[in-house]
Amino acid sequence: MGPATMSESIIEESIISRPTYGTLKIVPGLAHYFLADASGAECVIRVVQEMPRDMMEKVHILYVPTPGEAALITSLYALGAKRFEHFPTIEEAVAKLGSWLSDAKMGSQLYLAGTEGLVGQGVAKGEECGLDHTAVQCEHRGSLARRVQCVHCKTMIEDVTTQPVKCPSCDLLLLVRDHYSRRLAAFQGVCINAEDPTEEVEIKEVFK
Amino acid sequence: MSASDHLIPVVVSNVVEVNPIIKRFEFKHVNGDELPAFSGGAHIVVEMIDDDTKRKNPYSLMSSPFERDQYAISVRRDDTGRGGSKFMHEQVRPGMEMKISAPVNLFSLDLRARKHLMIAGGIGITPFIAQMDQADKLGVPFELHYAARSVSQAAYMDSLADRFGDHVSCYCDDQGESVDLEMLLSNQPLGTHVYVCGPKGMIERVVETATALGWPAAHVHFEHFLAPPVGEPFEVHLAKAGIDITVGAEQSLLEAVEASGTPINCMCRGGACGQCETVVVACDGEIMHNDHWLDEEQRAAKQRIMPCVSRFRGKRLELDL
Ligand SMILES: Cc1cc2nc3c(=O)[nH]c(=O)nc-3n(C[C@H](O)[C@H](O)[C@H](O)COP(=O)(O)OP(=O)(O)OC[C@H]3O[C@@H](n4cnc5c(N)ncnc54)[C@H](O)[C@@H]3O)c2cc1C
Ligand code: FES
Repeated sequence: MGPATMSESIIEESIISRPTYGTLKIVPGLAHYFLADASGAECVIRVVQEMPRDMMEKVHILYVPTPGEAALITSLYALGAKRFEHFPTIEEAVAKLGSWLSDAKMGSQLYLAGTEGLVGQGVAKGEECGLDHTAVQCEHRGSLARRVQCVHCKTMIEDVTTQPVKCPSCDLLLLVRDHYSRRLAAFQGVCINAEDPTEEVEIKEVFK
Repeated sequence: MSASDHLIPVVVSNVVEVNPIIKRFEFKHVNGDELPAFSGGAHIVVEMIDDDTKRKNPYSLMSSPFERDQYAISVRRDDTGRGGSKFMHEQVRPGMEMKISAPVNLFSLDLRARKHLMIAGGIGITPFIAQMDQADKLGVPFELHYAARSVSQAAYMDSLADRFGDHVSCYCDDQGESVDLEMLLSNQPLGTHVYVCGPKGMIERVVETATALGWPAAHVHFEHFLAPPVGEPFEVHLAKAGIDITVGAEQSLLEAVEASGTPINCMCRGGACGQCETVVVACDGEIMHNDHWLDEEQRAAKQRIMPCVSRFRGKRLELDL
């Protein structure tokens, strides 16, 4: 893997619902769908570059760049995929993925690369569209920031790096559990000081 | 114990000649009781008492899973076989009492499927008739592609086409028609499951084509109507029972073990379910593995055998029975 290791992240093993990730590898397929953010772009470039040119007809790429960044857009565009589109937010890109997959056929493969939030929402969309889990590959890159759902008021909190985290909506102090919902593509945040809301808990940055 | 240990006494309520090679048999419980529930794709084992010979062949249920007052099977006459299907064709008459096993399903519809794509070859149509009834009632989209050698041998082709209309496509070899598998399997919406039952070559082609196109293995289902192949007679030592038995040329190892009174598990009698898997204690010779259960590594190791379909050639075979 060489120099790439810098951005590869180590995820500690814990409970079953905690997602695990691999390394993208092209498998036989009628069509190949990719969804990546800036941290996962290099994975897409790595595997697509190795595909024979005549397979580009089967390649469809969706990309979520970081604001202001253009170099990776250029590199991804240069791969020559049949379709390449980029969107400012994960939500928009995932919605587009849904519309592409609604016309997709059996034999389609989905490849997801990037932060946990992007990968999780891509997995959930694939499942919703009828893709078997064995037709979905994930490679985790970049920040370990979590997407957390406050179990009390159901608010989704993006890019959580601290333990615990304060819910911006109901103000409860939440313990970010390893319990992950595939359907919501989010970790569960549960009130940490329910017995005594005045109890002070130190907030540490842990999901970097 | 095995499903065929608890046999259900039935009376043959009807025998219908479907075409020159296929007959349909209908069974009712001798007491008029309801028969056990089953789902589309299930088969029963039919016991045939032909003078001194006792045969047990599996046949798929083709009757509606929603009708429990009777079962129906269709049997293709196989003159090169050991006589089970011939017995059914020549000896079985309405009013006769027989015994059948409770249904077992090794080929059920995956209820998570968004669409069922069914591919049948010849007599392999039988499980699909029950499955289509089920899919139709449950309102899940389905499509049947049914290939047969000739129009005259294509059992139920017309009635299925009448009943299910656009859901059914038919192909007859003698009309120069064939299923374009590549095209068919390239045009299925996500969430489709494919099911195939028919000749070995057809099953292999469907599995290979789907795999090459990227279909997940969990979405590809098949059933072989595998019959125990005949061969040279051979000797087997049953270690626990402490006896030697001879497997006749036209007998399966499973049948020979059963005939000796030694207990052995079984269910499908067709090398598919895994129930009869038996440990090989010693083997000096070649095991002819004819099943769809053991993998390549297990076959090479010669430590397991599926007695319902596999045979032996060599000096000594000793089984943990
Ligand atoms: C799960 C399952 C479901 C089934 N469902 C159906 C069904 O719905 N309808 C149906 O008709 N069948 C069905 N079958 C097949 C059926 O069980 C029998 O195998 C079939 O009826 C033939 O039986 P038989 O006793 O006449 O011949 P078998 O002795 O069982 O032999 C059949 C085949 O063995 C080979 N063979 C046997 N003897 C010789 C020989 N001397 N020389 C060369 N080759 C030989 C031939 O290839 C022959 O075609 C099913 C099988 C399975 C496993
Ligand atoms: S009885 Fe099913 S594999 Fe032998």
